[in-house]
Amino acid sequence: MEGVIALYIVMLAAFTGYEIIARVPVILHTPLMSGSNFVHGIVLVGAMVALGRADTVPEQVIGFVGVVLGAGNAVGGYVVTERMLQMFKASGQKKKESA
Amino acid sequence: MSGLLPENVATLAIDFSYLLVAFLFIMGLKAMSSPVTARRGIVVAGFGMLIGTLMSFLYPGMGNFPLMLAAIAIGGGLAWWSGRIVAMTDMPQMIALYNGMGGGAAAAIAAVELLRMAAADPAAGAHHGPVVTTLAAAGAFIGSVSFSGSLIAFGKLQGLIKRSLRFKGQQTANLLITAATVALGAAIVVSGHPSMQMVVGFFALALLLGVTMTLPIGGADMPVVISLYNAFTGLAVAFEGFVLENAAMIIAGIVVGSAGTLLTQLMAKAMNRSLANVLFSNFGEGAAAATEGVSGSLKPIEPSDAGVMMAFAQKVIVIPGYGMAVAQAQHKVWELCQLLIDRGVMVRFAIHPVAGRMPGHMNVLLAEAGVPYDLIADLDEINAEFDTADVALVIGANDVVNPVARTDKSSPIYGMPILNADKAKNVLVIKRGQGAGFSGIENHLFYLDNTRMVYGDAQKVAAELIHAVKAAG
Repeated sequence: MEGVIALYIVMLAAFTGYEIIARVPVILHTPLMSGSNFVHGIVLVGAMVALGRADTVPEQVIGFVGVVLGAGNAVGGYVVTERMLQMFKASGQKKKESA
Repeated sequence: MSGLLPENVATLAIDFSYLLVAFLFIMGLKAMSSPVTARRGIVVAGFGMLIGTLMSFLYPGMGNFPLMLAAIAIGGGLAWWSGRIVAMTDMPQMIALYNGMGGGAAAAIAAVELLRMAAADPAAGAHHGPVVTTLAAAGAFIGSVSFSGSLIAFGKLQGLIKRSLRFKGQQTANLLITAATVALGAAIVVSGHPSMQMVVGFFALALLLGVTMTLPIGGADMPVVISLYNAFTGLAVAFEGFVLENAAMIIAGIVVGSAGTLLTQLMAKAMNRSLANVLFSNFGEGAAAATEGVSGSLKPIEPSDAGVMMAFAQKVIVIPGYGMAVAQAQHKVWELCQLLIDRGVMVRFAIHPVAGRMPGHMNVLLAEAGVPYDLIADLDEINAEFDTADVALVIGANDVVNPVARTDKSSPIYGMPILNADKAKNVLVIKRGQGAGFSGIENHLFYLDNTRMVYGDAQKVAAELIHAVKAAG
């Protein structure tokens, strides 16, 4: 990949990340952190490539560990985020009673 | 070795699928910034992850597929199972654990690359240029620190590591380890053909740094640490993305890195401390002097009387803290609040940004109990309302309601934004014992004339309060 283009990608992605989280209500801090924790689980695809191209036994062992860890990050991050977000709900009619 | 598709077709398909992955991740995260669309957000991002993973099987020149599938099944299976069964109160350590795994995976990618460089024939020319090697090494460093650091954070939150290990010259030691790791990393880059010992030593030092950096950090600083390591893993993933020329990893990693850095700053600001202060200072030192100037006494009250006080209040503001999480009292607390609401009492929950052990910890617990999120207010919204509250009910929170943060310049927490519970007409504090908070600072709120202490486990006390409110008729 061209070096300068890669830098453009980095800059734009950094702004995107900043903008996404800048206006998030405190109530969603945990799911958002956990959601971004899930998103960096994309490291799994890198680990798959590392393992897929491994020739020697040490490389295979480390690649294997990498894929196990990456899959854990992706799946675990998804499961806990989804569980947490499932619980957030507005009060609907209850709100009128308490207001 | 050839892949499943012709090489050029596969590469094109992968490139475009990664574009889609990046799009879905960003849309997903964006949707997660509002409680209404948040649930959809994680599903969208999850769809992106699925596409990215499936398409990556098409990479040209890959082998070891049985190993790969086995690894995905093991890692994914264990994470699925643990993520399903973990209690909401234990969420901080699980997130730390999954995050550490991501850092470890990034470090593993770098390890494979660096080992290949070490094993390569020096006569054949450098395997990677210096820029790529630098990025690989930087990702390895950050990823390793995030891995071992998150594991220590997990151990501490899970209660496996009880003490905060501190020794004299700890900062110097950390600095030396950092310097040694960076020097070794630089040597690897410069040589282009590092020896096996150099690579192993580099990783060992980086992993050690994560341990020594995290061990001294105490409970209430955990939100900052977890958030920081999340940003670290993001960066490490982005760096390894450069090495592998993988656009999806670069974009996702940088987005998380920048979002995580911002969140870390927000957390540190909510404690009125700099990030460096959280990481490198031994909080609680020199706090002993702060006990001076406490006037008045701790005035205990029976739960039955406290219940009556709330039953006949017009407005009650509940301030939950880590003590509520420890006692798993969130369900009982909500039951109590529902009773009050049914009696016509106005109930609000006030959440301090660093209450608990991770950002937003209390919100998650209250959501689990079924508290609608529109009853929950954060610091800026609620602070003006304490003047009109009849009762502020503090449940296992301490430093975040300590008025010395406003008044006593010599206090270590001076300047930290707090919830102004002391402005309420009456303050009820549910607390396990008479000890000081995490910071070791005496809480002047507890000694005020309008404060009453209810001693006991938060869940038990909440049950007794429910009883009292029901009896109040």
